Amino acid sequence: MAQTETSSRTRTTTTAAAVRLEAVTKDFGAVRAVDAVDLTVHEGEFFSLLGPSGSGKTTLLRLVAGFERPTGGRIELAGHDVTAMPPNRRDVHTVFQDYALFPHMSVEQNVAYALTVRGVRKAERLARARDALTTVRLDGFASRRPAELSGGQRQRVALARALVDRPAVLLLDEPLGALDLALRQEMQAELKELQRTTGITFLLVTHDQEEALTMSDRLAVVRDGRIEQTGPPVEVYEHPATAFVAGFVGTTNLLRGEAAVRVVGRPGTYSIRPERILLADPAGPADPAGPAAAPAGSPAGGRRTVTGRVTDVVHAGAHTRFTVTLPHGDRLTVHRQNLTGLPESARPGGEIRLSWDERDAFPVPS
Amino acid sequence: MPAAPAPGSRLRLTALLAPPLLWLTLAYLGSLAVLLLSAFWATDSFTSDVVHTWNTDNFHELLTTPVYRTIALRTLSIAAAVTVIDALLALPMAFFMARVADRRWRRPLVVAVLTPLWAGYLVKAYAWRVMLGEDGVVAAALAPFGLHGPGYGTTAVVIVLAYLWLPYMILPVYAALERLPERTLEASADLGAGAWRTLRSVVLPAVRPAVLAGSVFTFSLSLGDYLTVQIVGGKTQLLGNVIAAQVTLDLPMAAALSAVPVVLIVCYLAAVRRAGALDSL
Repeated sequence: MAQTETSSRTRTTTTAAAVRLEAVTKDFGAVRAVDAVDLTVHEGEFFSLLGPSGSGKTTLLRLVAGFERPTGGRIELAGHDVTAMPPNRRDVHTVFQDYALFPHMSVEQNVAYALTVRGVRKAERLARARDALTTVRLDGFASRRPAELSGGQRQRVALARALVDRPAVLLLDEPLGALDLALRQEMQAELKELQRTTGITFLLVTHDQEEALTMSDRLAVVRDGRIEQTGPPVEVYEHPATAFVAGFVGTTNLLRGEAAVRVVGRPGTYSIRPERILLADPAGPADPAGPAAAPAGSPAGGRRTVTGRVTDVVHAGAHTRFTVTLPHGDRLTVHRQNLTGLPESARPGGEIRLSWDERDAFPVPS
Repeated sequence: MPAAPAPGSRLRLTALLAPPLLWLTLAYLGSLAVLLLSAFWATDSFTSDVVHTWNTDNFHELLTTPVYRTIALRTLSIAAAVTVIDALLALPMAFFMARVADRRWRRPLVVAVLTPLWAGYLVKAYAWRVMLGEDGVVAAALAPFGLHGPGYGTTAVVIVLAYLWLPYMILPVYAALERLPERTLEASADLGAGAWRTLRSVVLPAVRPAVLAGSVFTFSLSLGDYLTVQIVGGKTQLLGNVIAAQVTLDLPMAAALSAVPVVLIVCYLAAVRRAGALDSL
């Protein structure tokens, strides 16, 4: 319920752009890391830059932070041109992937650093540092050294340090990359909550599509220094603008050329999400564990049905992954929630019927 | 020494450690003990022979004669000045080597800093004597500005010692700066700190143990030096000279005198150890 509230809230505050990039390009020698990127992050938004490693997403973040100067283009923060401004004069703070805490300072001194630099009185400084530590649930750790903390605790110190003087924008560079899965999921929820309560604009860089999908109000998929698509997670997932996005955000069955004609029945490039395909015995009724005939609130389209042979079954916890080979050798991956009522032929070697709503095979520009 | 190969690892360890430990005990600690012992002997003033009668006259003389106190203080000041100058020179040089210079230039720069250590001590000292002389390059370079060179004396001693021991300061500081992650400096700038603030709050605390470690070298080497003083010191007397001069005349007095730098260095090491610098040596 909270999630739907936040996404509607951010839609209303589109007056000022917290971050705006205009045709920003960055070359490292002969390598173009960022290629004429236009990007707008709204105030109070949780925005993610999602892309594979080497896509230029971290360079984009470093350009916003001011660690790198763009080769061309213009960077604005809250409407002000900061293209040539050094990092210490920008109202943004960064949470680094390796946290970059100051090893010779206590947790408290680390957190208070931004205030110390600005000459805030000691009493106020300490009070605000303790507040920030409370926000990240690290009371009682004030006098520890970073070396005495666990990875998750260091992560929280880095967060507190970056939030202590409430910057306009918080930049997060793969902040959860070094944490184990359980801690990562816990921190995802906490980050989201922190963003909601502070109202600070978060710009997150990640290669983890699940992280980007679950936390962001909007996200941009980055590839080879360009932005492939920008939009809310649902839109990017349901309507990927390119074949790359379809494959990178979630898993998909990508069908092009001859295969598209054979499987989808039309020429072009199509993407079918594996969870949208229903399994059924060739003669039996539709799979009761699959999605309803059509997503709620949309008129039902026609259904496309093909038959094939199950060639691989992988149990993946909450769902099972079936690989089905069609008569011409085309392969489709099908995800099925692990509910009861599995069709009898859904086992390796079984002859099976696949069906999907025709609108779930959506065309993507290739 | 066991002649046959030892069957147990304990024996092997003993065999392995015995020679160096023997060397340390006999050659180093032993000579130090003998030195301190002989400080409590006396000298026949006619024959200059050492007389083995126990007394504390040497230390009494050492503590009550003003000239010894002056010389000890002068030596201490010079060692301190050399250490401070080396620290001030090494910080920017090491910073340039580790952080500013292109990565492929780092190794050549380290080699350039190390190379003078392979040259003979006397050669370097005499080279400075030539440079600091009346017609030397230092005087010639300063002449257009109406200035005179420092000539031979205390200033020259400080300059030459600072030059001689500089690599011992640069290397640990360079190593510390090179280990300092770029991200840490970026984090400081990111949180609003200017270059000066980052230097003061992040860089200097990070290299402090390295500077202290380097200062152990510059300080102790300066305290014990006596050749540089002879070569460029003019009439300046340091503890080292006095000891060297006394060795032939009055060995027990020389021994008592040499206790002074030993005590000073032990005190300095204790202070540095408290500051945690020895962990990084």
